Amino acid sequence: MSKLGSLGARLHRGEVGYDFVGKRKIWYGVSILITITAILGLAVRGLNMGIEFQGGAVFTTPKHMSTSVASAESFAEEASGHDAIVQKLGDGSLRIQIAGIDTDKSDAIKDKLAKDLNVNSENLAADLVGPSWGDQIANKAWQGLGIFMVLVVIYLAIAFEWRMAVAALVALIHDITITTGIYALVGFEVTPGTVIGLLTILGYSLYDTVVVFDSLKEQTKDITKQTRWTYSDVANRSINSTLMRSINTTVVALLPVGGLLFIGGGLLGAGMLNDISLSLFVGLAAGAYSSIFIATPLVADLKEREPQMKALKKRVLAKRAQAASEEEQAEARGADLVHDEEPEDDAAPAVVGPRNQPASRNRGRGRPSGKRAR
Amino acid sequence: MAAPKKGRSASAQSKPGRSLALILIAIVALTGGMFASGHTTPRLGIDLAGGTSITLRAVPEKGQESAINKTNMDTAVDIMNRRVNGLGVSEAEVQTQGDKNIIVNIPKGTNSKEARQQVGTTAKLYFRPVIATELSGAAATATPSPSASGSASSSPSSSSSEKATDKATSSSSASATATSQGRAVTDALKADSTPSATASAKASSSASASASPSASSSSATSAEAAKLEAQYTALDCTKKSVRATAGKGVKPTDSTVACGQNSAGQWQKYILGPAAVDGTDVKKAQAVFNTTTAAGWTVTMDFTSKGTKKFGTITGQLAQNQSPQNQFAIVLDGDVVSDPSVSEALTGGSAEISGSFTQEEAQSLANMLSYGALPLTFKEDSVTTVTAALGGEQLHAGLIAGAIGLALVVIYLLIFYRGLSVIAIPSLLVSAILTYVIMALLGPAIGFALNLPAVCGAIVAIGITADSFIVFFERIRDEIREGRSLRPAVERAWPRARRTILVSDFVSFLAAAVLFIVTVGKVQGFAFTLGLTTVLDVVVVFLFTKPLMTILARRKFFAQGHKWSGLDPKALGAKPPLRRTRRSAPVDPKEA
Repeated sequence: MSKLGSLGARLHRGEVGYDFVGKRKIWYGVSILITITAILGLAVRGLNMGIEFQGGAVFTTPKHMSTSVASAESFAEEASGHDAIVQKLGDGSLRIQIAGIDTDKSDAIKDKLAKDLNVNSENLAADLVGPSWGDQIANKAWQGLGIFMVLVVIYLAIAFEWRMAVAALVALIHDITITTGIYALVGFEVTPGTVIGLLTILGYSLYDTVVVFDSLKEQTKDITKQTRWTYSDVANRSINSTLMRSINTTVVALLPVGGLLFIGGGLLGAGMLNDISLSLFVGLAAGAYSSIFIATPLVADLKEREPQMKALKKRVLAKRAQAASEEEQAEARGADLVHDEEPEDDAAPAVVGPRNQPASRNRGRGRPSGKRAR
Repeated sequence: MAAPKKGRSASAQSKPGRSLALILIAIVALTGGMFASGHTTPRLGIDLAGGTSITLRAVPEKGQESAINKTNMDTAVDIMNRRVNGLGVSEAEVQTQGDKNIIVNIPKGTNSKEARQQVGTTAKLYFRPVIATELSGAAATATPSPSASGSASSSPSSSSSEKATDKATSSSSASATATSQGRAVTDALKADSTPSATASAKASSSASASASPSASSSSATSAEAAKLEAQYTALDCTKKSVRATAGKGVKPTDSTVACGQNSAGQWQKYILGPAAVDGTDVKKAQAVFNTTTAAGWTVTMDFTSKGTKKFGTITGQLAQNQSPQNQFAIVLDGDVVSDPSVSEALTGGSAEISGSFTQEEAQSLANMLSYGALPLTFKEDSVTTVTAALGGEQLHAGLIAGAIGLALVVIYLLIFYRGLSVIAIPSLLVSAILTYVIMALLGPAIGFALNLPAVCGAIVAIGITADSFIVFFERIRDEIREGRSLRPAVERAWPRARRTILVSDFVSFLAAAVLFIVTVGKVQGFAFTLGLTTVLDVVVVFLFTKPLMTILARRKFFAQGHKWSGLDPKALGAKPPLRRTRRSAPVDPKEA
């Protein structure tokens, strides 16, 4: 922990840090590339829609079936007159999917299948889906997505500001596009479970973004009262200072989902647990990425367009040019400090002592420079 | 949410013990409630317990798209409930979901095939004339079965008056006679007080008669009548199995036998003539509290023009008969749900059934009457049959996944936050206990059933809950890195962490709420757990985590930043002077 702890400390102090905002163009590029790939994948390969979206039946036999997959397939095709897909699951049970059959005929098919497979019809689990059921779930999901987006944009616009709301929305759409794109490219089956997972990403992706924004809002409260940092600088710092938390959150969120995926995929072979956790897993990873690399730099971009922030940037840049040489030296010294902090310890208190008040960090830094600007 | 308010008092606080006591009391009370209610495990959904779940979608008739509304759906649910549970299926549950779906959950061990047929077919509602009726089964012999003489004459009907006062007397007398005769089914039918009504009501209570068995319908041939007769004699309505078959599947043009329950709860058997009026002839039926006539709860019916004609004819015929042949039976799916008597032709196109109804009875009857008029059919959208073995396996897998997830999170917290896990892990446990107990209590309270997606939701929520601690702990660490000692660090970190937690939990809750309201089926169960756990997260952080942190901050172990406390300033790299030096150093020389 001490390693991570001190990494946290250095992140907190700004000793190490990645220039997320400065290098945003690269990450925008990466994201656009991924998004285009995702959209292409969707357009070309399409989603592998599960039986729930086409209508049909899924029968699950009891454990430890001796019937082979091939013979089960022929039984199912014979009983239904439709193509059947049969999988053998981890516990030896068979999962028989028959697309395109009507719910009315399913009982007869089930009975016949049970007889062929030599199982009691009562022990055959069946999932019969009408052709419109999946559409209905999908429509409802879209509707929920739409309503949620509108509400959350309104909420974020009130709680923060519209720029953040826009950036959060972009990040959200980005996450969902990537997730569906991966589903299209890899060819995972889309089921109602996937839809559930996808919808959960909504909350989670924003959850992460909101935490970064919260810190950003706090740190930029008095930004115009100083000339040391531009909005982008502060934005970058707030990403870095919440980075530790972002990592922790993502790990903590992924751990249980990983557990689900392991159990769902490993033990049960297929089904609801697997579907939900798979889309969650992909979506959570995309969400963590987007809140750091996309959402906040986007806010900085939008903010820098404000006349107020433009003026600030001008002032900051002018001042930096003026003190260019000193800054450079400082940077060099600062870089040294990261590796070699000990000597600084003795010298420091003497210099800083008088100003070491519990006042807010920003103002402590801002005020002296403000004086100088005059 | 009450939490923010609590938080404010907690932040101004010096009494963390109070919040802790509060949440402990809440836990004890809820747990006690759980044991007291006898529901110590959450109710399991079909996919975990085994059984059949049918999702039906309402399809409106053409041009009647507005027919999908809450009233109609509730009516349909009511009817289906009757039918499914009338099958002898125990604990089948029928509920609406979303705006146009009905879910029918049938637990394992019942004949799901038959149940499917029941909910799949449309209910049939008919008005049939009563030919004979008597109490059925053991009770029948005990019935005094009064003579028919008392009934018709007992009503002081003032022939053609429409005055409210007259009605008041007539209907009150109806119930009076009813009680005096000791017979419970005394629904009296009278014309609704619309101006067009030609006849005023003459309420007459019918005696539960030992009607002459020889009475036969004019339409029935003698052979058929004899057969019916035999059936009628053999009919024992007190037996559930008998009821399930009696009068079912009979053509509306045939005479039949049927069972019905009077309001005293006794079973009554009937011989009924061919259907005179169809359920579809009823335009509208509703329960009305009749204040003008003091008849209490009544049910009013409006007929379509076709129905008006039919109803006028049949009531005209019935009114001339003696009891019980002046009664007609409202038959739903072969069961007699009401058997009002008629004393006059009712040609006004509307009618009122009065009797000593409770509000519930009146509404239920109105619902049944309206069902025939529902311009909705129901289509099976999905049917899921889960064997008990598969359900148990899924539950098992879900629990293992949850345990693994929880264990991984606990291990991560232990490694990363060391001593702080003393706070984090009990907080997670408190969350888990509260979630479990509330789920168990919500089963009987609102019919919440734990299904597989809900289990997933709970597992995913572990992350959200743990994240609140992470936000708080990271804030505290930041403050310590600034060089503060622990106690002020906690108090300074809290307001900021609190805001972050509230804002992010709100977003998460919003997502859950929107999903819950908008979506259907499995998504809903998931959204519900997610919303519940998000709310609980706020409660736990405010009432448990923060107070516990405040208390533990006083302990030496934490306050002095013990190596294993997770708050060791050295390990966290807290070198306050250094930080400022580095920032100010380049500037100072220039200023100097």
